[in-house]
Amino acid sequence: MQLSPDETLFWKYSFLKLNATIVFTWAVMFILAVGSKIITRNLSTTLERSHWQNLLEIIVTGIEKQIEEVGLSNPHKYLGFLGTLFLFVAVSTLCTIIPGFEPPTGSLSTTAALALCVFIAVPFFGIEEQGLREYLKSYVKPTFIMLPFNIISEISRTLALAVRLFGNMMSGAMIIAILLTITPFIFPIIMTVLGLLTGMVQAYIFSILAAVYIAAATRVRKAKEIKS
Amino acid sequence: MLIDWFTVIAQACNFLILVWLMKHFLYQPILHAIDEREKKIATELTNAEQKKAEAQKESDEFKHKNEKFDQERAALLSKATEEAQAERKRLLEEAQSAAAALTLKRQETLKKDEANLHQSIVRRTQQEVFAIARKTLTDLAETSLEERMINVFIRRLHEARLALTSGPMIVRTCFDLPSAQQAAIKDILGSEIDTQFETIPDLISGIELTSNGQKVAWSISDYLTLLEKGVNQDGIESSI
Repeated sequence: MQLSPDETLFWKYSFLKLNATIVFTWAVMFILAVGSKIITRNLSTTLERSHWQNLLEIIVTGIEKQIEEVGLSNPHKYLGFLGTLFLFVAVSTLCTIIPGFEPPTGSLSTTAALALCVFIAVPFFGIEEQGLREYLKSYVKPTFIMLPFNIISEISRTLALAVRLFGNMMSGAMIIAILLTITPFIFPIIMTVLGLLTGMVQAYIFSILAAVYIAAATRVRKAKEIKS
Repeated sequence: MLIDWFTVIAQACNFLILVWLMKHFLYQPILHAIDEREKKIATELTNAEQKKAEAQKESDEFKHKNEKFDQERAALLSKATEEAQAERKRLLEEAQSAAAALTLKRQETLKKDEANLHQSIVRRTQQEVFAIARKTLTDLAETSLEERMINVFIRRLHEARLALTSGPMIVRTCFDLPSAQQAAIKDILGSEIDTQFETIPDLISGIELTSNGQKVAWSISDYLTLLEKGVNQDGIESSI
């Protein structure tokens, strides 16, 4: 039994390899990109619009609203990163209903890559918002002694992000695989539905946590602005 | 090992590519469409607000004009009513005064007519009465009556004791006086006074003594003349 779709190799040359994770990721990317392109090809700016456009508008405005509620005052800026995180994880989960599809989020390499992106995005947005000096200062607050703890916190939360998503997705896929061998009827379907639910929750948790981390990194300056 | 670092890097790159793709194919078009729609709605709302404001303004203006028109109409109506009433009053007064004038004129005319008729009747009655009286007295006048009349005249003349002048005296009678009576008159007047005797039938049984503007007379004609004068005077006073 394979724990990760990384182990399914389609092609390999030296250190370059094409495993199921990457292939399924491309599939998800294709679905997202082509689907978006097709739907947004004929967007209506009037009150009359298609159901698909409505759906996309609901999703986009919903994500934007969630970002705003977390505390990021300019959601447009973070929509690309955080929205894509959510959509990627959510669509990967949704695609598990397709037989033979293994979610790329069930690979620790993918979740690690996503967590790494968040790990880089947090200081990126933090520095962009408050400047390098102010951002670095936030690591020694409230005292200099807290510096190592803050660094450990940064690393551990990134690790937690990766492992949480991987654990949930992988366990879901594993349970379904095990149930298929024991009781091939009904139970796997129920577990798939449950997996869809947990996957959606995980997508929400992953993107919301990323938003919270970014908000925490950009909040210091705002607090100062409010004080002034 | 669960983590394959090549896959991690590849997935990170894939994710960044996906972010770029989603930005270009999903977020930007969708947000642009939403913004456009919001702008359109905002424009429509603004237009609607403007139109509403304009409609409100026009409505207010219309109401104001209506009120003004009503006031003007009421004022004009009131003025016209007042003018009509004043005109009616004036016409009524004119008519009343004209009617009063006409009535007065008519009354005057009636009075005049009445007075004329009355005068005419009186005059005619007088004339008739006097004519009858004259005729009757003329028919009755005889020498004996004349004699009695002369006697009364002489008595009166005696009673009057007139301060007679020295000028000639004229005695007028209806019939020729008998010589005895002429002598009696001459006795009373005095023989030194020149006394002339005349006969005038118009006197109707009477005698008249005239001297230097003084006159002593007694005749039925005088009585009749006095009566006529009195009747005429009464007629004028009653007509007035």
